[in-house]
Amino acid sequence: MKRFLLAAAFFAVLVLLWEGAYRAKIWSPVLLPSPRQVVTYLQGAAADGTLFKATVITMRRLVVGYLIGLIMGLPLGLLTARWKLFADTIGTLALGLQTLPSVCWVPLALLWFGQTEAAMLFVVVMGTLWSVIIATETGVRNVPPIYRRAALTMGSKRLHMWFKVILPAALPFIVSGMKQGWAFAWRSLMAAEIFVTILTGFGLGQLLHYGRELSAMEQVIGIMIVIVVIGLLADKIFFSPIEKFLHRRWGTSQA
Amino acid sequence: MHLPGRHHSSATEELEIIAPSKLTIENVSKSFRSASGLVLALDRVSLNVAEAEFVCLVGASGCGKTTLLNIIAGLEKPDTGTVLADGKPVTGPGRERLVMFQEPALFPWLDVFGNVLFGLKLKPNLTNKDRRDVAKYYLELVGLSRFEHANIHELSGGMKQRVSLARALAPNPRVLLMDEPFAALDALTREQLYGDIQEIWKARRKTIVFVTHNVREAACLGDRVLLFSPHPGRIQEEFKVDLPRPRDINSVDLAAHATRITKALKSVGQAETVATK
Repeated sequence: MKRFLLAAAFFAVLVLLWEGAYRAKIWSPVLLPSPRQVVTYLQGAAADGTLFKATVITMRRLVVGYLIGLIMGLPLGLLTARWKLFADTIGTLALGLQTLPSVCWVPLALLWFGQTEAAMLFVVVMGTLWSVIIATETGVRNVPPIYRRAALTMGSKRLHMWFKVILPAALPFIVSGMKQGWAFAWRSLMAAEIFVTILTGFGLGQLLHYGRELSAMEQVIGIMIVIVVIGLLADKIFFSPIEKFLHRRWGTSQA
Repeated sequence: MHLPGRHHSSATEELEIIAPSKLTIENVSKSFRSASGLVLALDRVSLNVAEAEFVCLVGASGCGKTTLLNIIAGLEKPDTGTVLADGKPVTGPGRERLVMFQEPALFPWLDVFGNVLFGLKLKPNLTNKDRRDVAKYYLELVGLSRFEHANIHELSGGMKQRVSLARALAPNPRVLLMDEPFAALDALTREQLYGDIQEIWKARRKTIVFVTHNVREAACLGDRVLLFSPHPGRIQEEFKVDLPRPRDINSVDLAAHATRITKALKSVGQAETVATK
């Protein structure tokens, strides 16, 4: 409770500073709207449904692309860890492409797929895939050999070994890879939505883009806040409980 | 230590005392490639271990005793020679011969109960209730019933090794292979475990091969102590320890045996130093 109050006080001070800066008229009100204007915009956008619709569209792209990335990345990571051939090929490719900022996929996606949903999905998948492959591979390679040996003597083999020993042992690495993949996917999707106008649906990134076109700063800031909040919620609802479980079981440091 | 009674009716069969194995090791050799060339870890080692015998392998580090244990476990293959368990050649790992490693090797993603259950889940023809009963029995046997749902990292070193012991005993193996299981523990915990392991060995009738570099420990636990000499790994000498059980590690009689073995161990060490000069 005390932690919550302190955090709430911190954010209240931030908003007050913002309001103060607005009132001091340091910048033109076109560039810096007041917190109230932003809230009004958000209320309006929430009331007429644009905000909800955009969020649903964005989240659908994100979740579908992310899942595709995971479903492809996990097995590829396992193969890479298991066979030299895959390590030399897919592994090297993943290592290289992981260093490529995922925004860089946007021009390529546009040329290949045009202004379509497929372009969006492609960018999200590219954002997720490589870090999931790398994390899975690293995780599997870091499984202490003694776990395998102990399991072997108890009669664990092949699939049982993979699913009951190696995967769970690699879980901390895999989860941090999933988290990184999620962050990359989220960033690349926003970049894609800002750059691309597609006729199949307006996401949050597109709302942000039109905020700029119309010089509607309260829209720009409002949507940015929504994007931040979604990121926070994804972390708190999805990743935090998994990480808490891992910390408790493995006894690693508890934040 | 209190040994729990076998009151779990459906799991009784699984908890039956089964015949321990006889081990026959014939002419086993094994070499490794290392930075300094080919190292002969084991040179034509032969050894018979009787049913329910407690044999300790002692020697300096690098004398091949752990390699021999791994070969008996089926985790490594010998270059030449064979290992027979009850007359049948050992071709790979199997739950008839379970290993307790120096590090506890417990799985951190499972709790204590899950760890003990792991090997049992791989045994067919058991109901889940049987498995749970058996796991409970062995946790009681090692005195950790209260810690069923503890996470591994919450246990002390001694408790971890007790869980490892319970996990190794649970699938009811005929042979228990122990690779310096107490080396990393403090003296007090170790002494407790010496008592426990002797009692469990008597109660559950297992053939035990126990690797250690601690001579006193070997004299305390073994019916026989085999002294290994390194480079190449060979069995140098054999000592029978015919003291009554349970043995106290601090007893004078035991110290006499230990002194005898230590002397032999030192002479091996000296021969080694001379040879390398």
